[in-house]
Amino acid sequence: MESLTHFFNAFIDSYPIFLKGMWLTLELTVVSILFAIVIGLVFALLKLSNIKILEWISNIYVYLVRGTPLIVQIFVLFFGITKLIQMDAFWAASIALAFHNGAYIAEIFRGSIQSIDRGQMEAGRSLGMSTSLTMRRIVLPQAFRRALPPLGNQFIIGLKDSSLAAFISMSELFNIATTLGSAKFDTLTYLLIVAVYYLVLVLLLTLFVNLIERKLAASEK
Amino acid sequence: MTTIDNLMIKVDKLNKSFGDLHVLKDVDLTVKESDVVVLIGASGSGKSTLLRCLNFLEMKNSGDIIIEGEKVEKSTHNLNKVRERVGMVFQHFNLFPHKTVLENIIEAPVKVKGVKKGDAIKEGKELLNKVGLGDKLDVYPSKLSGGQKQRVAIARALAMKPDVMLFDEPTSALDPELVGEVLATMKELAKEGMTMVVVTHEMGFAREVADWVVYMNDGRIVERGHPNDVFDNPKEQRTKDFLNSIL
Repeated sequence: MESLTHFFNAFIDSYPIFLKGMWLTLELTVVSILFAIVIGLVFALLKLSNIKILEWISNIYVYLVRGTPLIVQIFVLFFGITKLIQMDAFWAASIALAFHNGAYIAEIFRGSIQSIDRGQMEAGRSLGMSTSLTMRRIVLPQAFRRALPPLGNQFIIGLKDSSLAAFISMSELFNIATTLGSAKFDTLTYLLIVAVYYLVLVLLLTLFVNLIERKLAASEK
Repeated sequence: MTTIDNLMIKVDKLNKSFGDLHVLKDVDLTVKESDVVVLIGASGSGKSTLLRCLNFLEMKNSGDIIIEGEKVEKSTHNLNKVRERVGMVFQHFNLFPHKTVLENIIEAPVKVKGVKKGDAIKEGKELLNKVGLGDKLDVYPSKLSGGQKQRVAIARALAMKPDVMLFDEPTSALDPELVGEVLATMKELAKEGMTMVVVTHEMGFAREVADWVVYMNDGRIVERGHPNDVFDNPKEQRTKDFLNSIL
């Protein structure tokens, strides 16, 4: 009982600073995922282009990203690229997260595009539509709908992975939890508190994806 | 001897292979304006591949395909432009499931030909009335029966105002009781003078509607002629065997 009271007191005392961190986490997540969707779509289309060199570029990108830990990618970008180009930690983290999630999203898009019946492309072509017009108007809208459940999953992973930005001194949720925890010699309490914030964010994200799914499903009935 | 001016499609020594599989072997075919040509033959005989070559969904390996007097080559022609004139109806309908019936119809006229949306809708409604689906404009394809889907697919192809229509086994995926409505729509089209090349197993349709019946076997055209001649008096033993096996 006493520890529960302690938890709630700590929760209430710390919420202004955690809300700031939550805002930064949200910013990191939204910015990186929006870029990741664009990157993912581009590399998925490269991979499906039937042009060998473009397929290879896409393959190498996906391999490099999936083959190395995200924390390494963030460090490389932060300590490497920022030497060449002026870039603050927020953008270094956002870009690293975008390229990281982009590789997984590319694979999600590739799979969902390939899952659309070949007859859809053929029907478009037989009506005189070009490949790119048929892709844009016929295949992609259907593929996107199919991609939503795994995309939602990837968004959640992206949200939680943004905690690694703490290691390049971004004061997002996880950084605040560890900083407060060590300042007050009470690591566990603040880790439990931050878990609550993440749970709330993931819940909101899940509801958001469900809403889009329902909207899209309704338009087909 | 056919005159050149009413020649819709002419195929000359067409060859097509998928890897080692030689699917079409020196195929010749002539389709005149307003002709209804029915391709028959066992599955695997190459009739669907021939049809798909005519619409350049498959690329020939050699030979000539002449559409309305123009020898069409991938290197010299915008195939999208050619396909606007050559409509195609598929065995599995291939309607766009995320679009309503009317949206399916107006998509290509609006996006490819640049027809004004209002005009496309008006024409689309007329076409749907014609195929007996004027009350299904705002319905999604998933709510239609197979026969209704295929009639929408026919209307969709007609919306581009093609000069020739290709039908690739248009009734093969339908329940038996739904075949009739699709064939009736096709008969109507034939009566209006549409040039049609039809791959089908519906011999009754072939006998009644076709001007020419072409029997294919193993990638070659074995026999061709008027339906009564081919069906009642086949010259080739392979045609006799095929007809015996299905009738």
